[in-house]
Amino acid sequence: MASKALDTHATPMPADWRDFLALTKPRVMSLVVFTGLCGLLVAPQHIHPVLGFTAILCIALGAGAAGALNQWYEADIDAKMKRTANRPLPAGRMDRQSALHFGVGLSFFSVILMGMATNWLAAAILAASILFYVLVYTIWLKPRTPQNIVIGGAAGAFPPVIGWAAVTGDVATLPLLLFALVFLWTPPHFWALALFVKTDYAAAGIPMLPVVAGERTTRRQILIYSLPMAAAAVAPWALGLAGALYGVAAVLLTAIFLFMAAQIAFRTSGDGDLMRPEKRLFGFSILYLFLLFGALVADKLVLA
Amino acid sequence: MTPEELEQIRARQRSRALVMALILGGLVILFYAISIAKMAIAG
Repeated sequence: MASKALDTHATPMPADWRDFLALTKPRVMSLVVFTGLCGLLVAPQHIHPVLGFTAILCIALGAGAAGALNQWYEADIDAKMKRTANRPLPAGRMDRQSALHFGVGLSFFSVILMGMATNWLAAAILAASILFYVLVYTIWLKPRTPQNIVIGGAAGAFPPVIGWAAVTGDVATLPLLLFALVFLWTPPHFWALALFVKTDYAAAGIPMLPVVAGERTTRRQILIYSLPMAAAAVAPWALGLAGALYGVAAVLLTAIFLFMAAQIAFRTSGDGDLMRPEKRLFGFSILYLFLLFGALVADKLVLA
Repeated sequence: MTPEELEQIRARQRSRALVMALILGGLVILFYAISIAKMAIAG
């Protein structure tokens, strides 16, 4: 929990609206919105464009709410890391209570609006994803276990399922495979990041894998998790749930991903290492997910 | 509190109120559009 320095009455200045926006982690939100939109677009039924837009808005608001609650809880940890020290709470631009109220209010609003506009299954999955991110990942796992990223990754994997459920009112094999893909993609993605911001995590006392188990184990784990991720990426095509366009994109992109993961797995970093392969994999992993989901939608449109 | 600080607080309150007004206006339009869409589907 946050220190007293970050407590409520330390800053009489009201927070700027941009600080509330920053609480929602807009950069993380873009991937969440995109995968949610793809889940919605590949669903086999039609949704009214206004309701589809509302569903995506709710996914974005839900992700923003989870991000705000995450920053509310982790204010003291964020203050210890260079990457996060300038966030509104650790920088002292906002009091913690405002962040809590904002996060809780936005959570309820997004879930209720989703239920009213689309259906209550999509709303329930959205609520589960927010609760999972805040309670299971942020409060329970992240400070306790180096497996935090593995299980916590499920929170970010919900959007394609929510998008699909908003259209169909149910959950089928394809959105579950997309869930598995994002779920298994998360560990290599974040561990690549953790390798080059290791000192930051160590200073904040977060048990990230490189801090607890060392760099060699982390490098091996990146490759190990990339293998089932590759299977999940190709599975929609192999099972006949997506066409050749997606199949070719999945095989090519996944091959590049695996090559980069293998490069990292079999190298050791020396003193003053710039960690270029790790930074490259981290950057490519974001592009990979965008392109893969984009290919799935393009494939559906081509087939249609 | 100095006049400069007071002015800064007022400026922030103004910008927050403006953003809130825009959000509320957007929600009015959104809820109207959702209602029309729901009625179109039901009809």
